[in-house]
Amino acid sequence: MTADLDCIDLTKQFSGVTAVDQVSFSVPPGSFFSILGPSGCGKTTIMRMIAGFLEPTDGDILIKGKSVLNVPPNKRPVNMVFQHLALFPMMNIADNIGYGLRRAGMGKTEIAYKVDEALERIGLPGIGARKVDELSGGQKQRVAIARCMVLEPDVLLLDEPLGALDLKLRERMKVELKSLQAAFDTTFVYITHDQSEALVMSDKIAVMNNGSFEQVGTARDLYYRPDTAFVAGFVGDSNRWRGQVTKTEGHCLELRTETGMTLRGVANGRALSVGEQVDVFVRPEAVRIAHEQAELSRFDNQISGKVTSLLFNGAASRVIVSSDAGLGEVEVNLPQSGEFADLVKGSDVHIGWSSDQGNCFAARES
Amino acid sequence: MRTEAKLGFALLLTPLLLWLSLLIFVPHVDIFLVSLRERIGVGQYQTSLANYLTFFQEPLYLWTFLRTAVMSSVATLITLVIAFPVSYYIAKMIKGRAQSALFLLCLVPFWVSELVRTFGWMILLRETGVFSNVLQYLGLVDGPVEMLYNDGAIMVGLVYTSMLFMVVPLVTTLESLPDEIIEAGYDLGGNGISVLREIIIPHAMPGIVSGCIVVFMLSLGNYLTPTMLGGKESLWFTELIYSQFIVRFNWELGAAFGFMLLILSSAIVWGMLKLTGQSLEKTMG
Amino acid sequence: MIPSIPQSRFLTTAYAAYVTLFFVFLALPLVVVAAFAFNDSQFPSLPWEGFTLQWFFGSERPMIGVFHERSILRAIGTSVFVALLVSALSVLVGMTNAFLFNRYKFRGQGILYVFMLLPLVIPGIVLGISILVFSSRVANGLWDSYQIDLEILRPGLWLVVLGQFSFITTIATLVIGARLKKFDQTLEEAALNLGAGRLTAIRTVTLPYLAPAMIGAFVVAFLMSFENFNTTLMLVGSDAPLTIAMFDRLKEGSTPLLNAVSLLLMIGSSCLALVMIAFQRKS
Repeated sequence: MTADLDCIDLTKQFSGVTAVDQVSFSVPPGSFFSILGPSGCGKTTIMRMIAGFLEPTDGDILIKGKSVLNVPPNKRPVNMVFQHLALFPMMNIADNIGYGLRRAGMGKTEIAYKVDEALERIGLPGIGARKVDELSGGQKQRVAIARCMVLEPDVLLLDEPLGALDLKLRERMKVELKSLQAAFDTTFVYITHDQSEALVMSDKIAVMNNGSFEQVGTARDLYYRPDTAFVAGFVGDSNRWRGQVTKTEGHCLELRTETGMTLRGVANGRALSVGEQVDVFVRPEAVRIAHEQAELSRFDNQISGKVTSLLFNGAASRVIVSSDAGLGEVEVNLPQSGEFADLVKGSDVHIGWSSDQGNCFAARES
Repeated sequence: MRTEAKLGFALLLTPLLLWLSLLIFVPHVDIFLVSLRERIGVGQYQTSLANYLTFFQEPLYLWTFLRTAVMSSVATLITLVIAFPVSYYIAKMIKGRAQSALFLLCLVPFWVSELVRTFGWMILLRETGVFSNVLQYLGLVDGPVEMLYNDGAIMVGLVYTSMLFMVVPLVTTLESLPDEIIEAGYDLGGNGISVLREIIIPHAMPGIVSGCIVVFMLSLGNYLTPTMLGGKESLWFTELIYSQFIVRFNWELGAAFGFMLLILSSAIVWGMLKLTGQSLEKTMG
Repeated sequence: MIPSIPQSRFLTTAYAAYVTLFFVFLALPLVVVAAFAFNDSQFPSLPWEGFTLQWFFGSERPMIGVFHERSILRAIGTSVFVALLVSALSVLVGMTNAFLFNRYKFRGQGILYVFMLLPLVIPGIVLGISILVFSSRVANGLWDSYQIDLEILRPGLWLVVLGQFSFITTIATLVIGARLKKFDQTLEEAALNLGAGRLTAIRTVTLPYLAPAMIGAFVVAFLMSFENFNTTLMLVGSDAPLTIAMFDRLKEGSTPLLNAVSLLLMIGSSCLALVMIAFQRKS
């Protein structure tokens, strides 16, 4: 099966500065593909090249196997949901949704029918005569998607469309977008700097940094098996220490942090040798907390310490534990089962985690 | 505090009311009253429509009136057609310093008086002028060409003089159209023409209307340009008003003319606002 | 079309050429006016007789320069006097108007706002004659009833000031009102909260914020008054402001003296405009 979208060695330079550097990826039909990265990483540039608003310096873009480099934006079988949605304020909702159909030369009655059908589909029947500024943020969102979807594009591009919404609505729209994508059964390419949007909605995510892809994979891959230190640090929260490898044992290794702790981690196939500077990442939820040290006997990393702060945040509450030896602090997720409800600042606790959870990467200057 | 606020309100309201009533409202009622006076003897007047009858019965007056209206409309249209692409270029095609520089350059000619601008066109267009000499030098014509004192010269002068008042509102409204909206128009399959017709022009409508209103008003009420560039036969309505007031001292007829001009301009402004669904507050304020 | 939409080279070049042509059109009349100010000839027209500064500094007939031509200097003085008076008055009233429309909500506000805008859509010449007619009626009435002759109400500089003020005030109101609309009123509340009285708050917080708009309005009003022709033409007496004086001369036939005056005008108003822009930039 040909992919809906293929980018091959896509490169874009702006007056000598490389914004996108030889990026290649392929998006299979009907999938939800996200590009996740901090602002300025080049993700918007990729999207604008796919839509046709920027010309690549090098490389090729194929849609359904055909190069679209010489196709102007108004003829490309891709449509875009813009960052600020770009609904036409001079038209009502029905005219907004029917805009592309009119351009395609469709008859009036058929357009009216299609528009009604699209409104039905996004759960907003009968709002066709309203003005753009009479809609709420979430409704505008859905209209912007419907406006593209009536054209049945091969690929729908979404440029951080949830950025302008408030937190509650954003949470709801994540779920809604995913179900709209399933309902329309269209390929979505979504760019965002918000990892939770990408993790929740996507089938596949590319993490982008400094113009190139760090890793492409499923949300689970990125979360549990990051390929690079950047991905480990950017996706999800982590405790992060820098240290020197003191011993290697198969795929396990032992290191000594700059603050003096001795930790065990895994290299996951990366070649790391004794004496090398490494960064080790440990997720707060991978760390087990206990009242008695005995409960942690199966972990090969163990620290005894005192609680220095309690960060209450409902289900995501954490504590910061400072090791008794004064060698460093560890952020730990607090189980909500109630057994730690009596924890206060200064309580003595024991923490531990398995070396599998400590992802080690060769240290990079940063 | 309440009385203080009331006092403040009264203090702020007084200048406004004095200004509008003494300098705008009452004087206009007054010329209307004067226009209804007919002189029947020395210092003796009666109320009648005689002045308006004179206006409608004398073909020269009516013809001049209509001619002024039509020429002003044409001048407005030409100004719009010339200014729109330029305004769009300044608003959307260039950015940053170049943009503000070009915009400023547009304003330069209007910091100097209309008289100077008109004088410039006289130097260019007259028989001994620059254009005539250049054409002779190039061998395109045999003798001097008089390009002054015709309707074309009036038109050039009117368009030139009003250009700023079209460019400024157009640039302002066009600039407020996000690039994203134009890109969305293309992305959904639109081409240059359909995006222009369905997105850019509807968005720029308030600017177009306010530009057209101001340019039309300025052309209609212009005295200098038609007199200097159109010569003796220019037949501009303001010249009639001037001659009735200053030369013939027939204020009654002059007032009637003035009132007709006011009615014409108000009617066109009102019609333009109604036609495009705009309001005066939105387009001017 | 915007830069991000691909276009053919031909189209973009043609577009740029059109815009260039437009600017040539804008510049042409001003350039020739300026150039002929230096022509050593009795007429501002070709052929070029050589470069001279006589039209600025000359003191003997037939080439009396601007700086020795009494009537022109006098007309400039008159214009400056009128323009200063009109600007000061209209900025003052524009200010009170802006505060009135911004700070108070009252019945008839909308109608009053539209009335305030009307002077912009009344032809200047009609404004001129209406003020002329009304002031004469008042003057005549005063004379008939009380034998008082109010010179102020007869055609002359005072009427010119009133006539120009009548529509320039609208411009000043709009310029100052636009900035006042952007003013964050909580700043004033903060001043009140910190112990300032109401007027002190306005004087120490609001007015400094409005200063650029007031200066801008003053300069715009000054230029508009200086350039005004239509309204002035109907109200002028024996003391003619510059535009009227130049118009009278132009009717009799022009000499490069007028070019020299025009060039000085261009330089003067450009400087004023630059000062204004510099002020706007700074804030």
